[in-house]
Amino acid sequence: MLIQRPADIPSSEITPKSVYLQRRQFIQNTLGLGALALLPEALQAKSSDFPCLKKSPYSTSETPTPYDKVTNYNNFYEFGSSKSAPALLAKYFKTTPWSVRIDGAVEKPGTYTLEDILKPHTLEERIYRLRCVEAWSMVIPWVGFPLADLLKRFGPTANAKYVAFETLHDPEQMPGQKSRFSLDWPYVEGLRMDEAMHPLTILAVGLYGETLPKQNGAPLRLVVPWKYGFKSIKSIVRIHFTETRPATTWGRMGPDEYGFYANVNPAVDHPRWSQKTERKLGGGFFSSLFKQETRFLNGYAEQVGHLYAGMDLSKAF
Amino acid sequence: MNLKTLQLNWIKPLVFVVALLPLVLLMVNASLEQLGANPAEKILHETGIWALRFLLLTLLITPLRRLTGWHDLLRLRRMLGLYSFFYACLHFLSWLLFDHVFAGTLAWQPIVSDIIKRPYITVGFFAFVLLLPLAITSNAYMMRYLGGRAWQRLHRAVYLIAIAAVIHFWWLVKLDISEPVIYAVILAILLFLRRYRAA
Repeated sequence: MLIQRPADIPSSEITPKSVYLQRRQFIQNTLGLGALALLPEALQAKSSDFPCLKKSPYSTSETPTPYDKVTNYNNFYEFGSSKSAPALLAKYFKTTPWSVRIDGAVEKPGTYTLEDILKPHTLEERIYRLRCVEAWSMVIPWVGFPLADLLKRFGPTANAKYVAFETLHDPEQMPGQKSRFSLDWPYVEGLRMDEAMHPLTILAVGLYGETLPKQNGAPLRLVVPWKYGFKSIKSIVRIHFTETRPATTWGRMGPDEYGFYANVNPAVDHPRWSQKTERKLGGGFFSSLFKQETRFLNGYAEQVGHLYAGMDLSKAF
Repeated sequence: MNLKTLQLNWIKPLVFVVALLPLVLLMVNASLEQLGANPAEKILHETGIWALRFLLLTLLITPLRRLTGWHDLLRLRRMLGLYSFFYACLHFLSWLLFDHVFAGTLAWQPIVSDIIKRPYITVGFFAFVLLLPLAITSNAYMMRYLGGRAWQRLHRAVYLIAIAAVIHFWWLVKLDISEPVIYAVILAILLFLRRYRAA
């Protein structure tokens, strides 16, 4: 069964062209580097989309997975179920103009342009481990800002116990949404409020110092480094505050395989494969062939372990 | 010796060489580090899919022979079957190596628990184990030793193996089953052609 939902944004909510064309300049101005915008785009090195990023104490010192692997091996079912499809099929995906609807248990609901969303935030680099539920992992230098900072701006009410996120539903642009063997669209993910407000949880707009490649979830995606990758929803168009736990896409697809929490946990196997070990991609050719141990909460237990105190994680997986 | 037998004399070595190409390609790409971001997964997938493809090609020989009346085709069947076994061995060994060698040592207990606990591995392992006696008895000596009837009965296990192999592929897929469905349909046609003839 497909969940139907009007995919179109009313024309009244579409950002005027003149405004969205300023986005690049805008981001640079925010960073106090307006002068850079005067340079022709070709002269700007790839890594200077976001110059002078703030470093973060939350970053790992591990060597990041090479750029071509991060951008050519993606799970983004909206663009097909193979790992190579997103890089090919997302090429013409339009990420400008972009807006995000904020609704539910919140004081300031509304539809905000991406520029409005990003405006007050200082972008920083967060080098995080990413562990996929399929037992492979990468290290990715994200560019983003804490989700908590954004959520606070809209004033979640006391009823906001969970935050749900939705990916764009636009089969014309996302061929995977037309496939016979596909998920219930739009893709929905969710977090408990305290998870969403944790400083490790970020919204990313870039990686490797450049604007987020389309196959990696442009223009705005979630990154929750202690959970399996499918929780880190891509190309977000809606953030919904709710009192009840949202029904997430993979959770509906296979309730015994993909839980709501989806915390990285070597002690709780996926029914079809073990989660004790993982293949860390990148690095040397030979080292990426073999498996290494998976760490509880993907190595972030010290920071987020307390969120799950007293819970039976084999049941709340 | 008729013309077709003559043709087979060079078709056989040709098939032998062509059947090695998937492995050669895999090795060349591995040495150039062109196996993508997840080379282990690529090797596992390629060796597995070629084992299945050669198995289906093996099963194609009999209906093709009947269709064309070219009975010498039978002489290709053993080679195709052994290639299926060859790629299945590589598939099995890569699985041991890439999924179960941990910090330089092979851990037995997780292997056993994988085979018992994971249904797609259970059927895959079942198919592989059943292939072993067929490969061992594929030579002329064993054929004579067992006698034609017993040999044929034993080698009917190939149908079971093919079904198990397709199920193995189907069950490991996360969502998009379109590829295993194609193999299932091909297998169904190959099995149906035999049934049709028996009726």
